[in-house]
Amino acid sequence: MTQRPTRLFRNASSKLALVPMITITLVVFVGCTLWTVLYSFTKSKSLPRLDFNGLDNYARLWKTSRWLVSIENIAIYGVLSMVLSLTLGFLLAALLDQKIRFEDTFRTILLYPFALSFIVTGLVWQWILNPDFGVQHVVRGLGFTSFEFDPLYNPEIVIYGILIAGLWQGTGLIMCIMLAGLRGIDEDIWKAARVDGIPMWKTYLYVVIPMMRPVFITAIVLIAAGIVKVYDLVVAQTSGGPGIASEVPAKYVYDYMFRGQNLGQGFAASTMMMLCVVIVLIPWAYLEFGGKKRG
Amino acid sequence: MKNWKLAAWLCASVALPVMAHAEELEVTHWWTSGGEAAAVGELAKAFDASGDTWKDGAIAGSGGVARPIIISRIMGGDPMGATQLNHGRDAEELIAAGLLQDITDVAEAEGWRDIIKPISLLDACTVDGKVYCAPINIHSWQWMWLSNKAFADAGVPVPANWDEFVADREALEKAGKIPLAMGQQSWQSNGAFGVIAVAIGGPDLWKKINVDKDAEAARSPEMTKVFEQADIARQLSAKSTVQDWNQATNMVITGEAGAQIMGDWAQGEFAVAGQVAGKDYTCLPGLGVNKIISTGGDAFYFPVNEDPEVTAAQKRLASLIVSKEVQVAFNSKKGSLPIRGDVDLSTVNDCTKQGLEILASGNILPDGTMTLSADTRTQLDDLLTEFWSTPSMTVADVQEKYASIIETAE
Repeated sequence: MTQRPTRLFRNASSKLALVPMITITLVVFVGCTLWTVLYSFTKSKSLPRLDFNGLDNYARLWKTSRWLVSIENIAIYGVLSMVLSLTLGFLLAALLDQKIRFEDTFRTILLYPFALSFIVTGLVWQWILNPDFGVQHVVRGLGFTSFEFDPLYNPEIVIYGILIAGLWQGTGLIMCIMLAGLRGIDEDIWKAARVDGIPMWKTYLYVVIPMMRPVFITAIVLIAAGIVKVYDLVVAQTSGGPGIASEVPAKYVYDYMFRGQNLGQGFAASTMMMLCVVIVLIPWAYLEFGGKKRG
Repeated sequence: MKNWKLAAWLCASVALPVMAHAEELEVTHWWTSGGEAAAVGELAKAFDASGDTWKDGAIAGSGGVARPIIISRIMGGDPMGATQLNHGRDAEELIAAGLLQDITDVAEAEGWRDIIKPISLLDACTVDGKVYCAPINIHSWQWMWLSNKAFADAGVPVPANWDEFVADREALEKAGKIPLAMGQQSWQSNGAFGVIAVAIGGPDLWKKINVDKDAEAARSPEMTKVFEQADIARQLSAKSTVQDWNQATNMVITGEAGAQIMGDWAQGEFAVAGQVAGKDYTCLPGLGVNKIISTGGDAFYFPVNEDPEVTAAQKRLASLIVSKEVQVAFNSKKGSLPIRGDVDLSTVNDCTKQGLEILASGNILPDGTMTLSADTRTQLDDLLTEFWSTPSMTVADVQEKYASIIETAE
């Protein structure tokens, strides 16, 4: 009777091949994250120093109005960007899926903005939304002289100006993913629905969308990652202005780490960003992956 | 076999270039606009003429973009030969960490302490009795630039001080002018506020707050007056939507706006537009109330280098920067004031002459970059830009927040 190799050495070669990846993940992601969290409790200015000052950095952070505005902005941008990207992406995909003519052309046009970087997108929309050159100027030129549309110069609505640019850039990709999902739905299901006389919108809502669950999850993960890291779009479009009305957390982190030369404050802010992501992610991951094992 | 050779070659290609060109200095700076680039050209020419090689490392964007790049390069162990920084507290920690070259021997050999004027410029370079930088020019924030055309269009004489300017508000607005042009970037809001604070509150109050970090002074009724005037300035500039300072200056040049509060670098824009001081535009140092020059400016720092040849070249550059010829050539191109009193700038215009006179009379203040840390300045930038673009933020609100930032300033 030969003894079976222990579990650890089963598939040894593939496990060996994974070692570099695992090491990088542990050192770079986990290691650096822990390092950042540790130094967020210190008085580090432009150089990291282990000179602890307790929760001072966090206390200052949550008293700073710029940080509070940033959080509010990312919440508005996040919720709307998630809802609108999914809705618009799905609607566009459903429309393109109606076996229309020139489908390729439309698909290309809608996907094109995604090929542009956020910086370019931001600059383009900065011009479009500029009251002296863009939409407002054109509409006034048509004779509507009292027309006002200057979201980037109005602190109350500036975040929506950024949202427009973000949606313009990102919706095409979501549409493509949704379209791939729709194409993956078996033709027989549509036939069966038609035979049963179920209206098209009901088929979409109750049959097709539930079947597209994995596609939706992919889309949600992509959109969520885009929301957390939004930075370049704001820098290009408004650089946080007018005043501090369009600031976002990532920009706060950068500005205090490098412009303000206060690493401790920047680390505290980035730790809070990570904490927010974790708070959203853990319950979701628990529902998504924990449920399956039990079932 | 081949792979090993390739690897060895790659390693060599990284290691070898370090050994070549000891006297070539890479110099980083953020002088990229027309007049600034011409001024740097003068400096490079003088350095090349002395036998070394100037390798230009211009970083586009303003100091806000360039400073983090420069500082991370020095800290990351990839030092340049020399670099521009605003003298003051930016370099403090780099000096404490021993990353910047001590050039005290050059300063002593050439007697910088006797020739540099005002001496506060050298003091800003000095830490624990050792000199770490070579100052190159003086820039002052304390100016207001007025468009003669805008006031002529409004049918009122060009005001001679801040109060007269505020009184002309209605006339300007009736003529379709924006009274005060203002860029939206945060450093501009903070800078303009600083000018108002010096003019209205006076230099002593400014020193108490910015040098001694006295939070009680920041809460005092005198300071409330300053914030009230800032509130008025905020209303005067409410319709100005441009971003960059030079766009705002352009509004003054075209007569679209009445005035702008901006440092003396704005004069370069008037010069490029072919305007004449006194005829096309008027300047009011200290808003015409407290005639004062703040002595901020630029200086060159020299990161520590292991190669003694490079260190020697760095010291040669330091002495060149302070020399008379370079001071004249550089500052007349850039429109800034020289750092020594014994050079002749006979060709300068009215406004620069006023500046030189105030400088000679000793009515000077240190600049915010010398007295406050980058962290505190960033906080003040944030606070004042919020105040400037949020009409609902009251004077009492902003004053209390201002005082609490000063309270925790280091």
